[in-house]
Amino acid sequence: MTMKKEWPVWEVFIRSRSGLDHRHAGSVHAADAKMALENARDVYTRRQEGVSIWVVPSASITASDPEEGGELFEPAKDKVYRHPTFYDLPDELTHM
Amino acid sequence: MEIDINRLDLEFQAKIDSGKTIEPKDWMPEKYRKTHIRQISQHAHSEIVGMLPEGNWITRAPSLRRKVTLLAKVQDEGGHGLYLYSACETLGISRDELFEQLHSGKAKYSSIFNYPAVTWADMGAVGWLVDGAAIMNQVMLTRTSFGPYARAMVRICKEESFHQRQGFEIMLSLCKGTAVQKHMAQESLNRWWWPSLMMFGPRDEESTHTEQAIKWKIKLKTNDELRQQFVDQTVPQIELLGLELPDPAIKWNEERGHYDFGAIDWDEFWRVVGGNGPCNRERLSARKEAWEKGAWVREAALSYAEKQESLREAV
Repeated sequence: MTMKKEWPVWEVFIRSRSGLDHRHAGSVHAADAKMALENARDVYTRRQEGVSIWVVPSASITASDPEEGGELFEPAKDKVYRHPTFYDLPDELTHM
Repeated sequence: MEIDINRLDLEFQAKIDSGKTIEPKDWMPEKYRKTHIRQISQHAHSEIVGMLPEGNWITRAPSLRRKVTLLAKVQDEGGHGLYLYSACETLGISRDELFEQLHSGKAKYSSIFNYPAVTWADMGAVGWLVDGAAIMNQVMLTRTSFGPYARAMVRICKEESFHQRQGFEIMLSLCKGTAVQKHMAQESLNRWWWPSLMMFGPRDEESTHTEQAIKWKIKLKTNDELRQQFVDQTVPQIELLGLELPDPAIKWNEERGHYDFGAIDWDEFWRVVGGNGPCNRERLSARKEAWEKGAWVREAALSYAEKQESLREAV
């Protein structure tokens, strides 16, 4: 098998309508950014699913390691005082 | 070390049992990874090979309405193949390796696409029966344990519903047409019926993967359960079309609350799976030809991109 170099992988993010965040939709292969946008358009927005697309080379993404999930995210677990419901206030209180 | 793997295995299974999804970077047993690469790639290849029998009819569609519909359906299938290849690549296999496995025959695709689409009515029967059978499988897979696969399935199911509806509409038009048109619809139903039932795979007692697949939530229903569900939902649709049942053994069984149906020709099933269906060679050679003839485009696009990049760097 002759293993030629593959077109790089790009992650695709789509804003479904104005006012919303871009959300990860999937990925495409493309030789360059322009082609990645065109391919993303064809693959992920055939039914008007988007008004804006971002493409990012997958290799440029740094992801957190699931093994380190505990260290990263557990410290927030016992900080209930960061939520409004932690504070005990009388029911008569309004506008707060 | 052995104990450590056992512990990881148990934790992994507990995670699946509690309904959590497995994501690409999470630890997973090697067998889970391999099984998913096999199943997702087989699914992706089926979408891509599935474009061939219908692509054949685009230029011969009987009206512009039918033509744009068929074109959109075949484009969707291309898109579905791409969602699935992407999901599969998250497991650490490259797109080129996946194609290589298809072309060498190492990877399979759904046997249904090794049957020819010889009349226009087949565009109706394929959408109605083949997509109908596929949807039943895919709806189940939206709840599978591997995140990227489940998410691809959600997208695919949303898009696939029109495929089945347009197929039924074609059948309906033919059944309301002339005697010759209605006969064409009947003949097509008769030919696609059995291969459609075979799409659900071997009988439960002969299905080697079922138990493990259920444990990992790759399957939530067995082959026979899905097949029965398909027969139950399709028989009333055949009656609605006013066509004759393609199997004289089909009969409502009050006791079971299901339709009984005749015996499937499993020799035919294994013959087609084994590479000797009516179109196996033709389909695979069409894929290989597309890959080989497209090589210069892939190379040229990459050289162009590299050249542009080096020009930018030089500035």
